Amino acid sequence: MTEQRVISRATGVEDNEYKWGFDFDIESDKAPKGLSEDIVRLISQKKGEPEWMLEWRLKAYKYWLTLDNEEPKWANIDYPPIDFQDMYYYAAPKSSAEAPQSMDDVDPEIREAFNKLGIPLIEQQRLSGVAVDAVLDSASVATTYRKMLEEVGVIFCSVSEAVKTHPDLVKKYLGSVVPYTDNFFAALNAGVFSDGSFVYVPPGVRCPIELMTYFRINELNTGQFERTLIIADKGSYVSYLEGCTAPMRKTHQLHAAVVELIALDDAEIKYSTLQNWFPGDKEGNGGVYNFVTKRGAARGKNSKISWTQVETGSAITWKYPSVILQGDNSVGEFYSVALVNNYQQADTGTKMIHIGKNTKSTIIAKGISAGKAQNTYRGQVKIMPSATNARNFTQCDSLLIGDKCGAHTVPYIEVRNPTAQMAHEATTSKVDDSQLFYLQQRGIGLEDANYMIINGFCRGIFKELPFEFAAEASQLLRVNLEGTVG
Amino acid sequence: MTQEIKNSPVLEVIDLHVSIEDKEILKGVNLTVNIGEVHAIMGPNGSGKSTLANVLAGRPEYTVTGGQVLYKGMDLLSMLPELRAREGIFLAFQYPVELPGVRTWQFLKASVDAIRQHRGEKVLSVREFDKLLDEKREIVEMDTDLVKRSVNEGFSGGEKKRNEIMQMALLDPTLALLDETDSGLDIDALRIVSEGVNKVRSDKNAFVLVTHYQRILNYITPDYVHVLVDGSIVRSGGRELALELEDKGYEWLRDQVAV
Repeated sequence: MTEQRVISRATGVEDNEYKWGFDFDIESDKAPKGLSEDIVRLISQKKGEPEWMLEWRLKAYKYWLTLDNEEPKWANIDYPPIDFQDMYYYAAPKSSAEAPQSMDDVDPEIREAFNKLGIPLIEQQRLSGVAVDAVLDSASVATTYRKMLEEVGVIFCSVSEAVKTHPDLVKKYLGSVVPYTDNFFAALNAGVFSDGSFVYVPPGVRCPIELMTYFRINELNTGQFERTLIIADKGSYVSYLEGCTAPMRKTHQLHAAVVELIALDDAEIKYSTLQNWFPGDKEGNGGVYNFVTKRGAARGKNSKISWTQVETGSAITWKYPSVILQGDNSVGEFYSVALVNNYQQADTGTKMIHIGKNTKSTIIAKGISAGKAQNTYRGQVKIMPSATNARNFTQCDSLLIGDKCGAHTVPYIEVRNPTAQMAHEATTSKVDDSQLFYLQQRGIGLEDANYMIINGFCRGIFKELPFEFAAEASQLLRVNLEGTVG
Repeated sequence: MTQEIKNSPVLEVIDLHVSIEDKEILKGVNLTVNIGEVHAIMGPNGSGKSTLANVLAGRPEYTVTGGQVLYKGMDLLSMLPELRAREGIFLAFQYPVELPGVRTWQFLKASVDAIRQHRGEKVLSVREFDKLLDEKREIVEMDTDLVKRSVNEGFSGGEKKRNEIMQMALLDPTLALLDETDSGLDIDALRIVSEGVNKVRSDKNAFVLVTHYQRILNYITPDYVHVLVDGSIVRSGGRELALELEDKGYEWLRDQVAV
């Protein structure tokens, strides 16, 4: 069953360094280069948005202008200035101008492309029980399984569609966790986002299948600004997965997404990511700049939000999936594996903001560095005065392969209530030659031995992933580790 | 090539010189081991006996500066460690390493798979493998629980050594190198480990048993005993040499060599 959900397998690709770097020949509907009020209006118009949506975009855009190209500078990453006028802000596959009513209406070339990626948009997918909302470049191409979800009242569609069909929900929640004033990239995203996923799970409903979105940047010089909004109403549960790839490009591509999660009373959201954007070549040319704002609000009592991420791609990752623990007894979790190789840089971690009483958060972050790459864990745990009996457990483990890479851990802890219980553990280790030799002495080849040790290092995280996704994650790690030993 | 006949040499070490970080540890070792034989290598601390076992297994931090080693007629020193293992060389480690997060079961299965594939045998199904593992586990009286845990993590010293012997039984080597497997074992563990070795011992395999103490030779009867002092074998003999050593100490031989 795993084969059909393989989002990361190579088929017919010549280059075996980055196995997902093939290009599709789909005629693209592109807006002119650069960013201006007109572009924002054009995007909104292309999507047939109502006036309120356009207004929100324009407010965000105007706010972004006031930031005067001042990107956040505090992260431990290094890159040349980004020219935001030398980029396309909208590109939709042409055939999506007339939205497909069923799979049969989807452009065969797009279907072929998804098949190449192993994305099951066809009947076989029913077996694997995953509904896919695929975002190729920016526009949502197709959403399957809608009927089955509709029967239980779950709404799973593109944000553009939700703006039209469920404006009240969108108005109420969009920007309520990540306002456009939050940061530079969040402001940019709010102005120009072209699509993303929308999920609403009604009270008391346990979403019967895992929901999945697949993101891929296809166009040259295109920024991808998707926006995802997930609302779990009282007593509901949903597990959501996202996968990402991008073609190989000599130049850098920008990905600035925003994800907002809202869990009401007794609701639970589990959000899993496999991020495998093109990391750049061995000399550090090209690759995706992944500047993403992800945040969940555990708003209701006894609510729970859990982030699990396996980050292996991107030239630069700047990403801190966070939880605001607002409701009493709410729970926030962050499980992360970040692997960097060659010239990749990752500055990733989480924020856990404890507001409600008896709130509990767990952070387990595993960083793996190889080649000349730099890996930083940056995490904040904040216990507000109202958060009586809050608890946090943080564990950060770093693993180094070779002697030219780096691992950094930057924890910020702010406790403003004396009843808080905090625990922080951190380790740094190297893949030990004696461990490799031990495995080799038992007949296991060097590459396999290395993989086995690293897989062991990540085991606590992989078990948090849905079963089939875990196999994928492990496979992804293996491919990205090739050539790091010996 | 893999057909073993009793009394044919499985291992020929010829004038072997080995250094670590420019310090010469082995200074011309000669040793011939035939199929069906158990050789004990004894010697004081720092004499090079562990080095010998590790070099034969292919541990990378050593540099061979001279000499030759033939294993089943092959040039052993040119073979990668994993190839040596697949060809039937097993090293029971003096300090078995811990592999956090790597389940013992998975590790053992991967190991058996790699070796069977190399031999052209079919990969065992999970059920077949479990059956085999149960058999071998009983040889060293190891808990089922241990194969579910991470490799050697949180194992006691005795459990680690038993785990080594269990792996040896599982992999069924042609040449087993035991690097001070007896060190740090209490009398019960020593008995269990020794019985494990005796059960694996046959006329189709050979053992090189590196030890500081004569004690283990009360349980495993060697065919030959060699004494290694300062990187050379200074005396070879039968079982009685070990007893004599216990009686007189290594100084006795050192003095004799000096004379």
